[in-house]
Amino acid sequence: MTDSNPTAPSKARGKKRLELDPRLAAYRGVWVFVEIERGQVHPVSWELMGEGRKLADVLQVELGAVILGADGARLGEVAAEAFTYGADRAYLVADPVLADYRNQPYTRALTDLVNRHQPEILLLGATTLGRDLAGSVATTLLTGLTADCTELAIDPDNRGLLATRPTFGGSLLCTIQTLNFRPQMATVRPRVMAMPDAQPGRTGQVTQETLDLAEEDILAKVLAFIPDQNQEKAQLAYADIIVAGGRGMGRAENFQVLWDLAGVIGAEVGGSRPVTHAGWISAERQIGQSGKTVRPRLYIAAGISGAVQHRVGMESSDIILAINNDPNAPIFDFATYGIVGDAMQIVPALTEALRSRLAVRRRAG
Amino acid sequence: MHIVVCIKQVPDSAQIRVHPVTNTIMRQGVPAIINPFDLFAIEEALQLKDRYGARVTVLTMGPPQAEVALRKAVAYGADEMVLLTDRAFAGADTLATSYALAQAIRKLGEEEPVDLVLTGKQTIDGDTAQVGPGIARRLDLQLLTYVSAITDLDPGGKTIEVQRRSEGGVQVIRTRLPALVTVLEGGSTIRFATMPNMFRAERQPVQQWNREQAGIDDVGKIGLKGSPTVVSKIFTPRAGNRRAKMIGAEMGSAGEVASAVLDLLGSEHPRFARELGLAAP
Repeated sequence: MTDSNPTAPSKARGKKRLELDPRLAAYRGVWVFVEIERGQVHPVSWELMGEGRKLADVLQVELGAVILGADGARLGEVAAEAFTYGADRAYLVADPVLADYRNQPYTRALTDLVNRHQPEILLLGATTLGRDLAGSVATTLLTGLTADCTELAIDPDNRGLLATRPTFGGSLLCTIQTLNFRPQMATVRPRVMAMPDAQPGRTGQVTQETLDLAEEDILAKVLAFIPDQNQEKAQLAYADIIVAGGRGMGRAENFQVLWDLAGVIGAEVGGSRPVTHAGWISAERQIGQSGKTVRPRLYIAAGISGAVQHRVGMESSDIILAINNDPNAPIFDFATYGIVGDAMQIVPALTEALRSRLAVRRRAG
Repeated sequence: MHIVVCIKQVPDSAQIRVHPVTNTIMRQGVPAIINPFDLFAIEEALQLKDRYGARVTVLTMGPPQAEVALRKAVAYGADEMVLLTDRAFAGADTLATSYALAQAIRKLGEEEPVDLVLTGKQTIDGDTAQVGPGIARRLDLQLLTYVSAITDLDPGGKTIEVQRRSEGGVQVIRTRLPALVTVLEGGSTIRFATMPNMFRAERQPVQQWNREQAGIDDVGKIGLKGSPTVVSKIFTPRAGNRRAKMIGAEMGSAGEVASAVLDLLGSEHPRFARELGLAAP
């Protein structure tokens, strides 16, 4: 494995002039799987729709939205919304077995659609649902799947998808192609692609399909759904302000000062991999290459050294304030502001300062 | 009950640094560890073993030195070790990897049927989370990803009930065995290795399987040949370094530092500060 300069033209080793099997050349169009959970569309689906639109324009093909669920009327509304974000056609499957996400019926519904309509590219959000589904569908179809892409483009030589993703915990980027298999599948994390502007009034075609699967054929039963309580409602990826802690916080109880600070400024709390593994905060609050990607306006990193695998998940933040007692911590190489000091003193002081200034402000207002 | 835990030996990505001048990866001295997410799968298997009694087999694919990871798992309390190692496996992407592991699990099932396959939710080197679903699909196992707790398991009645993380909440699912569960991290504390297990881990032989021994006839399904994806380019990310503006090295109290930070936010990011409610009244 060698490192090359990203600005130099790619001297690709794996690249071949692609003579696609005619059977595969029949695959046309770009599809985005629209993720719906309890009636709500995950924003990543529209982020992908914006990206899919660009790919479809380059390829001069249709952009399709795959919309699965139980409630036909709701799926129709989602289709209308998908058109405003750039879809040309919506593929709808409304069936009671698709009420809650379950791997088996969703895998079946999506693979059936792909086999029937043969898109050349299929994009899904790299959410818990999207990753569960993408891995199963790609294995069923025996095709290539590239996870957590940060950039998608079309190879002008062969119409192939160039899927770029971080590797080695974010230390390197690699571009991956699926040469002789279709569809070319890729997942992208929430917040990696920009949210496109909706174009009100834009419309498209609807294709209704059915699913030939009875409830008795499905082994998994959803017994309950426990919605996250406020404490656990980690809308981390879309938070405006995030207060995150690392191993430098010392111990689990010390995270309380981060929660206090977050409470005062309406922030979400996150953490690095070591602290989620230690159980100091819950796993879905992990930020980084093996956790979530975030891009808040303000990111406060307390006791986080800034290893590359954390960095890739948060470096798009507008303002990064880093607090660390090691002046040589790598986080100071990319933070906006740095404080060398003990987070257990600085963070409470910050909370106090904010509390008093916000109170002054409130009295004045 | 027969539980197979799939693990991977990975370089400790927390210790990988990019050379500041040449922008290349500095791999010297980066230790190989068990993928940290897989430790939770091992722990879950051992807890199930404690509760219901089980034979726990750890399985990995990798170079011969990956047996170190297997021995570590036995030191924690796993019973048996299988190492899939063959040059023919090299260069495998997730599809080819899931095929090889699935074949090995099938083979293990010939001795004693496998009820449960456990693995971490993803690795820290590839981060794809694709191999678990791939194995499940190939063996027609019930797939349960991002599981935070196995709340009920009936080895006789062949049922399992789990809580799994989904967007915005926790799904409680009941299904049939055999199943493949990817275990979420942080749900339990990893136990310490015991002395007797550590001795056993050193002495016990590792079953090394090459391609034929794993029951794989078709070389077109494994390694580079069995991989639909190819890496066409590898490069270092654009170095967007901006050295942080350092605050407060010379200041006395934490309060003064905090004040200075808010002043800076107010002057350099007035719009954000105003929306936050920070601007001076």
